[in-house]
Amino acid sequence: MSTHNADTPVVRFGRYLRDNPIIPLLVFLVLMIAVLEVLRPGIVMPIRAGRDGLISTFWVGNLIKFAIPLAMLAACQVLTMLTAGIDLSVGVVATVSAFVCATLSAVWGVTPAILVALAAALAVGVVNGIGVGLVRVHPLIMTLGTGLIATGCLQVYQRLVINAGTHIPEFLAWLGTGRTAGMPNGLIVFVPFALFILWLMRYTGFGRLLFALGSNEHAAKLSGVRAWQVYLALYVLSSLIAALAGLLYLGMIRQTSLSLANPLLLPSVAAAVIGGTSIFGGRGSYAGAIVGALILRVLDTMLTLLQMPEGARTALFGLIILAVTALYVRITGTR
Amino acid sequence: MTNTALLDASGVAKSFGAVRALTDARLTVAEGEIVALMGANGAGKSTFVKIITGALQPDTGHVLIRGKPALVGSPAEARRSGLVPVYQEPSLIPDLNVTDNLRLTDTPSEPFRHWVSELGITDLAQSDMISDLPLATLRILDLARALAADPDVLLLDEMTAALPTDLVDRVLKTVRGKANDGMGVIYVSHRFTEISDLCDRATVLRDGQTVGDLDIEEGVEDRVVELMLGQKLDLGQRAMPQTTLAQSQTPRLSVRTLAAEPKFSDVSFDLYPGEVLGVVALEGQGQDELFDVLAGFEKPSAGRIEVDGRPVSFTHPADAIAAGLTFVPGNRADALLSQRSVKENIALPFAARLANWGPLNRRHERERVGYAIEKLQIDTRAQGEVQRLSGGNQQKVTIGRWLATGVETLLLFDPTRGIDVRTKRQIYPLVRELAEQGAAILFYTSELEEVPLACDRAVVIFNGRVVDVIDAAEADEQTLMRAAYGLTTTEGAA
Amino acid sequence: MSRFVRKHAWVSGLAALLVVLLVVTKLIQPSFGVSGLESIARAALPFAFATAGMAVVVIVGGIDLSVASMMAVCAVTAAVLMERMAGIPALIIVLGLGLAMGVINGALIVLTRVPDIVVTLAMLFVWEGAALLILESPGGATADWLEHAIRGSFVFNGLPKAFLVIALGIAIVWLPIRRTKLGLSIYATGSDELAAFRSGVAVGRTKIAAYGICGLFCAMGGLSLAALTGIGEPVPGPYLMASVAAVVLGGVVLGGGKGGLLGPIIAVFILRIIRTILTLLAVDPNVTTIIEGTIMVAVVMLGTAASLRGARR
Repeated sequence: MSTHNADTPVVRFGRYLRDNPIIPLLVFLVLMIAVLEVLRPGIVMPIRAGRDGLISTFWVGNLIKFAIPLAMLAACQVLTMLTAGIDLSVGVVATVSAFVCATLSAVWGVTPAILVALAAALAVGVVNGIGVGLVRVHPLIMTLGTGLIATGCLQVYQRLVINAGTHIPEFLAWLGTGRTAGMPNGLIVFVPFALFILWLMRYTGFGRLLFALGSNEHAAKLSGVRAWQVYLALYVLSSLIAALAGLLYLGMIRQTSLSLANPLLLPSVAAAVIGGTSIFGGRGSYAGAIVGALILRVLDTMLTLLQMPEGARTALFGLIILAVTALYVRITGTR
Repeated sequence: MTNTALLDASGVAKSFGAVRALTDARLTVAEGEIVALMGANGAGKSTFVKIITGALQPDTGHVLIRGKPALVGSPAEARRSGLVPVYQEPSLIPDLNVTDNLRLTDTPSEPFRHWVSELGITDLAQSDMISDLPLATLRILDLARALAADPDVLLLDEMTAALPTDLVDRVLKTVRGKANDGMGVIYVSHRFTEISDLCDRATVLRDGQTVGDLDIEEGVEDRVVELMLGQKLDLGQRAMPQTTLAQSQTPRLSVRTLAAEPKFSDVSFDLYPGEVLGVVALEGQGQDELFDVLAGFEKPSAGRIEVDGRPVSFTHPADAIAAGLTFVPGNRADALLSQRSVKENIALPFAARLANWGPLNRRHERERVGYAIEKLQIDTRAQGEVQRLSGGNQQKVTIGRWLATGVETLLLFDPTRGIDVRTKRQIYPLVRELAEQGAAILFYTSELEEVPLACDRAVVIFNGRVVDVIDAAEADEQTLMRAAYGLTTTEGAA
Repeated sequence: MSRFVRKHAWVSGLAALLVVLLVVTKLIQPSFGVSGLESIARAALPFAFATAGMAVVVIVGGIDLSVASMMAVCAVTAAVLMERMAGIPALIIVLGLGLAMGVINGALIVLTRVPDIVVTLAMLFVWEGAALLILESPGGATADWLEHAIRGSFVFNGLPKAFLVIALGIAIVWLPIRRTKLGLSIYATGSDELAAFRSGVAVGRTKIAAYGICGLFCAMGGLSLAALTGIGEPVPGPYLMASVAAVVLGGVVLGGGKGGLLGPIIAVFILRIIRTILTLLAVDPNVTTIIEGTIMVAVVMLGTAASLRGARR
């Protein structure tokens, strides 16, 4: 009756890993940390270098702190990838919201500044959603284009506010850099955020539709789903998340620049892909993406220790995305 | 004529996973011979054609052309071996002009032009873009290109569908003439009139086997039909139709002169609550598009649809669903989220509307999905991913989706295609039961023996038109088969 | 004649638009003349080659997101090599490198069966990284003759050399291919992959060849970048979105099979002249970027909508 007995063990094992990406990912994370410890004894376990403490809470806290904005942007990629899309405007949107917030806080105060920052993100999200959902432009091209326009807008905006100075809202700085019991305060935002995303994906009708559109848009249409509504909501949500991540990142870096969060774009895609989210849609796990973000941070530390040049890092991230995707196609035989 | 076999395919078998499409297919074509390849839907005809033309590799068996193993592996290699096919869909490149299409296949242009004019196309310029030409012309060009390659064996797959009568005559005459010069022809067709005019022999496939090889003579139709039907499986009890159906009431679904050119035109029928209306049609008679229009996937080019007496028009399947028309498509892959669970697949329509995007009502969902699973006896051992279910269980999931939401009008397109007998036996009573509870069901099936088992009445569609309405309960399979082949009524429909 | 006009209506329209824009430019700035034309042609060089490469892969039914990165690799390689060795061998090496990168892209798409858009997105980063590895910061030097090759006019005043370079570069690579079996196969594959397969086209090899040609054009683009600046710049320029927009505006349908290279090249010049006009109107250069970006996105959106309508027909 059932055909699943006919599959080879490799396929079955591949499927098992695909269904439970968290387990091998956590193993991999621990392995990476072990390698790091071998490369630089004492960095994770100070006791080995003759200092106090079995595990360095400072190091762990730092790892988590820098993984938070990345993991938030990875949420944008996970959600859009569920529908076989991608959002390449998140880096720019995060930058825009951080820049707008920092400059307007000095003039209008913090609350209006944050509202304007979110409104800017909303605008990008609406344009993305219309382009992808109604005009049916490929999400990659569409979000690349809006990212380009948003960058242009940011440059114009910068010249308008050049003399206003910047102000980093205290609570963002507290969230971004402060620690409570050794752990970064960013977790106060991130833990509820992550729970919300996990809940959204699993326990809401909207989450179901994201999986449905990515698995088989025709089947969703057949069931009465009007896809454009979902795409519009999705890309708006993605932009808002990116804006939130940008605000948090602003508090963490505590300075503004026109390309503040842009370098996080590629790692956010990589984190989602490593975390078991299929770039072809219909399958994804946010928990996996969070672990993926941690893995990338450890990898980053490792590459820095090895004095790997920036170029090798970029190329490696690109290869990771390609390799994981090709492996996925090979294992499942699906596209 | 000599007895040299130009083409000799024998013992051909092919399986796709667990599905055995072909078990023992045979076909020989001698010099100057035109052989009809026939078979009911699902007999394995298209797989056999793909193997002969090199698009598929057989698991066992061989294809010899002039006694030598054919270089099958790609269409280009089959072509080099001397077999040239003309497919149902023209295989010309839409964005290239005629000259470039000839160059692409290394077709000499002089004989090509000769055959084009021989076949009755006079106004063709070599610089014409393929995408600008009408479908009938494309078929002729495809044929002319094949003839210009001077093949040993020519394969024509439903060549005359969508051709006007005068061109059909030209094509048949030209092919006959070429055969008289020694070319072998394989003629795949549903049309008895053409076959008896043109062919020397008919090879009949059933269940993946060659079951007969008949010379074309008077009265051969009946024997072909007999062979195509073959030994029947016991599919269960004949339906007890609702003969007391109150046809005076308003039909649930009323279709008037509905058309979606060029696929079907002038389709009218009424579907009453409590009724199962069968659709009897050979493959490609326009039934696919009819269901697409009724389900809101395509817009009709003319005609009217009424639901419960009110005219409706659909721009999206959601509109059709709102009007109570729910669709189970023929291809399960179109309807399933293959990587998702049984529960998510069945519950998909629940989340479709904007108002239901919020938290799932998990109790309601559990109840309704549980109801559908129980009702359909879905095997839930591999429920984590529907692609791991058997074909029959997958089909049940697609039906279960609408059972869970509640059925008003169900459009079932070939729900038993490629599924096991046990599941089939479960589906007919279910269809009857739904009707008895007041649902209206439009039921197309490619397997004619199912019509009397599940339906009250049946409309016969041939060449995009409703040609007959028959009382399904009284019709035997022979009658249905003849009706589907356009044999009962006058040939005027063709 | 009417057939010719109908077939080339889009390209003729674009050419007319280009002329109108040139006249507008002249009206705004009466002193606009040969030197203005020359600087437009020079600035258009890398855009034109990126667009030509993109057009070829779009015609075959794909897309290559890594064009700008490949150009960066070629530009830095040229700058590094020309500092150390003779210009001509360096030039040949760079062209070969571009071809190789394109072939790698194509082969990965065909062999891994991962969609082109995903493969080339990943390769965008791989080539970008490679450019940074070759040259960490802008540097190197290019041969003097390379710079002279694109500066000034040729034969008579008014025919910018840069324009000639574009015409020659594309003509030498594309014209011979276009009329051969390979060219037909490229169009056939993009037009209808199944029909192409049935007509005996080796679809996989055709795709790899198309990506290879794209890589070759990117090498030319990279060389012209190096010639323009005199050094190698490892960070990819804004050529991806611009080339997609020019390809779509030039009448090459996303999805493949339709159009040629002439339309996209004219589209490149149209986009460059719009920029010139905006500059002459004293529009803030940053606002110009926004307007340009908006035009590009709008073009792609309209092109997508049009091609979807065509597919539905």
